[in-house]
Amino acid sequence: MPIPFPFSAVVAQEEMKRSLLIAAVDPSIGGVLVFGDRGTGKSTAIRGLAALLPKMRAVDCTYQCDPEASDDALCEDCRAKRAAGRTLKSRQVPVPVVDLPLGATEDRVIGALDLERALTKGEKAFEPGLLARAHRGFLYIDEVNLLEDHLVDSLLDVAASGQNLVEREGLSVRHPARFVLVGSGNPEEGELRPQLQDRFGLSVEVKTPQDLPTRMKVVRLRDAFERDPQAFVEKWKRQDGKVRRQIQKARELLPNVEVPDATLERAGELCMKLGTDGLRGELTLIRAARGLAALQGDSEVLDSHLKEVATSALRHRLRRDPLDESGSTSRVERAVAELFGE
Amino acid sequence: MNMTAANPAADQGVEAGPPPARPALSAWDDAVLAAALMSVDPVGTGGVALRALAGPVREQWLSLMRDLQPPEAPHRRIPLHVSDGRLLGGLDLAATLNAGRPIAERGLLVEADGGLVELAMAERISANTAARLTMAFDAGEVVLERDGLAMRTPSRFAVVALDEGVGEDEGLLNALLDRLAFHVDLTHIRIHEAIACDYDREDVAQARARLAGLSVDEEQLEALCGTALALGIPSLRASIFACRVACASAALEGRDQVEAEDLAVAARLVLAPRATQLPPSEEPPEEPPPPPEEPEDQEQNQSEEQQQEPQELEDSVLDAAKAAIPADLLSQLQLGTLRRSRSRATGKAGAVQNAPTRGRPAGVLRGELRSGLKLNVVETLRAAAPWQRLRREERARRGIESSRIEVRQDDFRITRFKHRSETTTIFMVDASGSSALHRLAEAKGAVELLLADCYVRRDQVALIAFRGKAAEVLLPPTRSLVRAKRTLAGLPGGGGTPLASGIDLGMMMADSIQRRGGTPILILMTDGRANVARDGTGGRARAFDEAKAAARAVRAQEMTALVIDTSPRPQQQGRELAAEMGARYLPLPHADASALNQVVRATAG
Repeated sequence: MPIPFPFSAVVAQEEMKRSLLIAAVDPSIGGVLVFGDRGTGKSTAIRGLAALLPKMRAVDCTYQCDPEASDDALCEDCRAKRAAGRTLKSRQVPVPVVDLPLGATEDRVIGALDLERALTKGEKAFEPGLLARAHRGFLYIDEVNLLEDHLVDSLLDVAASGQNLVEREGLSVRHPARFVLVGSGNPEEGELRPQLQDRFGLSVEVKTPQDLPTRMKVVRLRDAFERDPQAFVEKWKRQDGKVRRQIQKARELLPNVEVPDATLERAGELCMKLGTDGLRGELTLIRAARGLAALQGDSEVLDSHLKEVATSALRHRLRRDPLDESGSTSRVERAVAELFGE
Repeated sequence: MNMTAANPAADQGVEAGPPPARPALSAWDDAVLAAALMSVDPVGTGGVALRALAGPVREQWLSLMRDLQPPEAPHRRIPLHVSDGRLLGGLDLAATLNAGRPIAERGLLVEADGGLVELAMAERISANTAARLTMAFDAGEVVLERDGLAMRTPSRFAVVALDEGVGEDEGLLNALLDRLAFHVDLTHIRIHEAIACDYDREDVAQARARLAGLSVDEEQLEALCGTALALGIPSLRASIFACRVACASAALEGRDQVEAEDLAVAARLVLAPRATQLPPSEEPPEEPPPPPEEPEDQEQNQSEEQQQEPQELEDSVLDAAKAAIPADLLSQLQLGTLRRSRSRATGKAGAVQNAPTRGRPAGVLRGELRSGLKLNVVETLRAAAPWQRLRREERARRGIESSRIEVRQDDFRITRFKHRSETTTIFMVDASGSSALHRLAEAKGAVELLLADCYVRRDQVALIAFRGKAAEVLLPPTRSLVRAKRTLAGLPGGGGTPLASGIDLGMMMADSIQRRGGTPILILMTDGRANVARDGTGGRARAFDEAKAAARAVRAQEMTALVIDTSPRPQQQGRELAAEMGARYLPLPHADASALNQVVRATAG
């Protein structure tokens, strides 16, 4: 696999980096959607993040189950083992970051018959697909707006239930598949289906930087990387390590981060003001703010955290109003400014 | 390097001062230089977007370009409707059944590793094919998740995209254009100019060896980035390409460091074709728009003289780029009327609808065999292949001995087809006179309402406005709310009523949509009081006669049309026009956006 560009060397694009880090700290946030101009380092940042994520403890089974998970989040093998009173042996493994390439066929995504074994040994065995591989990690879809409809459908189903169910000619498999969906794309190539958009917890807009020094920096770093990827990664290793430790610390801190009632109230007010559908927006807003607080080492969610994540958490949940000239981003910003009195 | 031929293309137009070291170069020389530079650094520059119709000039360029490649480098041609299996790879059915174990087939993108991919008819390539290509491009590997196979194969290649588009609204997808350093246009080169090339394979091989030791310094980097910014080039890839091309140029010329001349080459070949605006110059022809940022502001930490020099360098690079911008483009840039790449976001492959039996094949799905569906025999066999041994053993247990391939219900694969029957609603809006603003606002509202549920219905919307002396496409067919909103933000109004020109332009657009297999719907919003003829002169009678003639053309083409009379009291002219057009007529003096939307949707059926 080619060496990825270091995450910490991605210039500017603070909102995108922040959102990805929040998702890394709290996977229950529900994924990140990155939409924006071409050549702004969308894929680069995501692949870079994959390379620096702290390792996780996993059972030595097909699905890399969490040894501390409750029974219903385990695969059949592990559940059986636990029921039989055996301990689940685990080891440290890298967090999976799985690419869902365009052109992937359905059998590879949800899993199918193991070709090799069926053909050579005549055995009927299940070969897990990409969804199984992404369990407990990230599923990355570049150009998510171009994904085939039938794949999107099976994906949504699994993302919602956390379970993947395969039924085919005597093969019947059910396995856990909880993953953080990360999608990227360019809005000029077509809008994203609303159902899929709503699946993502955070939505980020990226734009090409417009000032000369930033642009020069991007070009210079990119050039240095292309010339000698290994040396470049070596140079940024410490910076990447810092980010890794930040994620680790934030994860430890997260369960202890308090959300004061006043903050909850503010979040509710903001969502009401914007008329977001359902509770999902409010929930994500709070979670994202908590994740951010943890990342910044704060043990309490403050208004500043809410303010910082409000746009990412809410901009894709606004009911579309074609007659309102301003984009959803500025609508959220306006509401935030009004609410927090600026 | 010697000049082969003098060409008018380079010295026409406004020469703000060509790079000192070179006399005017012909467009052909530059095209050849692009081929050579791409051959020096194929992966770094991505490749060439070659705009030309099929013909001797293009053949000449292609054969020269091929001659520059190392003999061992692979060369693959990708047809327009390449299947995923062929493009990315998949299960080789025959070999798999023969060998009794899965055997993978290599895709074109893997085979092209270290060489070139030629995209035929690239202007019509679908966004999906393009996305597969760009993914492999960006990642430097082909990721395969198909037919029970999962593979990642490193592959690096350059792309030569043959763009046979005609006119501004046909061209390569932006996603592809952005990733190809060189945008070469051979359209205006005559055959006798396309003679020779001063480079050979040996030059390229030597340059390749030299390339690793070359890099642009800080000053040169600033000059290139600053020029890109001044020309209004948003994508950062352009700046990165400019740096690489400057290095490749130095390598090709046998230098050990990048000189001002190389920067000029990069500016000419990479930056100039991407320009969307002109930087402010000392004697501006007509107040060109200012660049978004003044580069000087960010240089406070540099000393005076250091600051002076890059500025000079940047100026010379900028001049080189400006000199290379074709005259017609230059004038458009000066007038600020150019909207580049506006309709190229989805290329010629916008929305398509699924259809059971007709249209283009668009992948396969597992499915039941019902009447009207088409079984895909090969895919069905592919699906059945892995199970053969299991099934044979199962049969043997039941005492049935047979060696035939057993296909079961579960294996059936149905070919899905897509056909373009998308509807494009073209609004032709009269933006003349005093009530223009009012009508435009209504049209805007209706366009946006239509767009809001566009995604579900897979429709597109376009907007043409006519006022003053001519008609103008304000919003090319689009489904993207983002772009529509951006374009609709500032609509001009006022002036005369060139009705005929408006209808003509609408017809031209409708015609091109129809040729692509789409269904256009024309919506004309006017009070019918034409007073400007096609040639821009006044005169009510003639203007209205011409408008009627234009309207008859709509009827002759049997297009669905709707005339909305927006005058305060419905007029005879509007009714007459609708009759000539064979259109529905609707007096709607106080049209509000939602009423309009309803009518349009009813017309669209």
